[in-house]
Amino acid sequence: MWQLFVRWFHKWSSPKWFYEMSKPWSFWLGWAALLITTTAIIWGLGFAPVERLQGNSYRIIFIHVPSAFLSEAIYVTIAIAGAIGLIWRIKLAYYVAKICVPLGMSMAFLALATGAIWGKPTWGHWWVWDMRITSMLILLLLYIGLWALHNAMERPESGDRAAAILALVGVVNIPVIKFSVNLVTTLHQPATLKFTEKAPMHISMLIPLLLSILGFYLAFLALMLVRSRIEILRRERKAKWVQQEIEQLGNR
Amino acid sequence: MIKLVQHTLQRELTLAYRRRADLLNPLFFFVLVVSLFPMGITTDLDKLTEMSGGVLWVCALLASLLSLDLMFRNDFEDGSLEQMLLSSAPPQVIVLCKIFCHWLVTGVPLTLLSPLLSIMLALPGHALPVLMASLLLGTFSLSLIGSIGAALTVGLRKGGLLLTILIMPVLVPVLIFGTSTVQAIVLGLAWPGYLAFLGAFTAGAFALAPWLTVAALKVSVCD
Amino acid sequence: MPFENISEFIAMGGHGLYVWLSYAIAAVVIGYNLISPRMAKKQLYKEHQRKLRREQS
Repeated sequence: MWQLFVRWFHKWSSPKWFYEMSKPWSFWLGWAALLITTTAIIWGLGFAPVERLQGNSYRIIFIHVPSAFLSEAIYVTIAIAGAIGLIWRIKLAYYVAKICVPLGMSMAFLALATGAIWGKPTWGHWWVWDMRITSMLILLLLYIGLWALHNAMERPESGDRAAAILALVGVVNIPVIKFSVNLVTTLHQPATLKFTEKAPMHISMLIPLLLSILGFYLAFLALMLVRSRIEILRRERKAKWVQQEIEQLGNR
Repeated sequence: MIKLVQHTLQRELTLAYRRRADLLNPLFFFVLVVSLFPMGITTDLDKLTEMSGGVLWVCALLASLLSLDLMFRNDFEDGSLEQMLLSSAPPQVIVLCKIFCHWLVTGVPLTLLSPLLSIMLALPGHALPVLMASLLLGTFSLSLIGSIGAALTVGLRKGGLLLTILIMPVLVPVLIFGTSTVQAIVLGLAWPGYLAFLGAFTAGAFALAPWLTVAALKVSVCD
Repeated sequence: MPFENISEFIAMGGHGLYVWLSYAIAAVVIGYNLISPRMAKKQLYKEHQRKLRREQS
């Protein structure tokens, strides 16, 4: 079993193998993601019932929650990929970690922006120093740090390794940050925002939400594969098969 | 081992003494920024009391971030950093000594300066020992975590600003635990818990930071 | 059905601005993420062609 896993791991960590094998995967994942997300959003916008307390503004949840989930999941992905790169010196893991940074950053931004817009009709303010909002802001700052570090390094290889170390520092810190932010927000504010805690949702709202989360995850996987393939082409451009691949890009 | 620690500490402190003008800059910065706050926000002493802990903490963080960039830079430029990494001595110990010295020449003076500034911000007298204890612990964990950032950016010509961007979000817990401690004692709440959190964070940073810093230094030096 | 007609759907019970603004931002962000790989591919191809031309001349 273990042997099988090791062989599978080695196969997938070769850029060329990955490039070839990920093509059908990204295609099918991409279409599935498009289908599921579109269904979820049409359902959520047009057919899910009105929420009793918040009216129709709650419909923002169908993009807010998936993007918030995804932004955290992507940071963990980056840290795991970076650790794999540091431990086993696998270039492909570094490529994946690198292309995940802008994806995660855009998701964190989306979660913050939709959260702020949702906050206006619900709490009467665009911005509240709520625990989740503050931790999401810090997550966005962590992403910006990773991105800046990648850009600052002259050699992409050192940027990869430096960013992997930074991602590890960040991922160890995320639980501590959440804990400490929770501490400060409960110290200063009376618990007026209690109703933001997950109320038991009606099934007719829960299903489109879960579908939307699934769709966002699938879209992330598809985009990750597509972007990793481009990163392989960019970084391995000295290899012969890569030059042939780039040659073919113009024909499409 | 003890000899190694002794030698490194001696060397670091001698070097720090030779560039003592650089070491004064964070202190000046600290005094300046803290005295800007009352002019910018309010001169009402009651309001100042309420926010004094936070102001002192934020300014102390910024001031010691200023000097972080210098932690490895000179050693990197004259090549002695490479020698340290190549030598048979455990580099983690050397790095830990450097971190300790950085704290000794920035964190400790900042803490010693804080009583003076706390008077300007009308911090109640009974809160002062707690403020100093929290600053001592907090600046140490800042030096520990900051060393990772300093090691990552040492190879870059303009690493200073990038270093701040990288390290700031990671330092949020230090800031929160520190200000909560001070605010708790000012408001008459139980403060030892917050100080304990800060201590736990520092202990965690103490255990992990040297290894990560050495890994980061290897990236910066070897490439 | 929560909405009787299309204008009610657009008004969102008075919250139309907020709902549609956030969906618009989402569309922009996701759209950018979908387009940028294509742009990167084009960029790669262009750079490759430039390199080939340089080698020939």
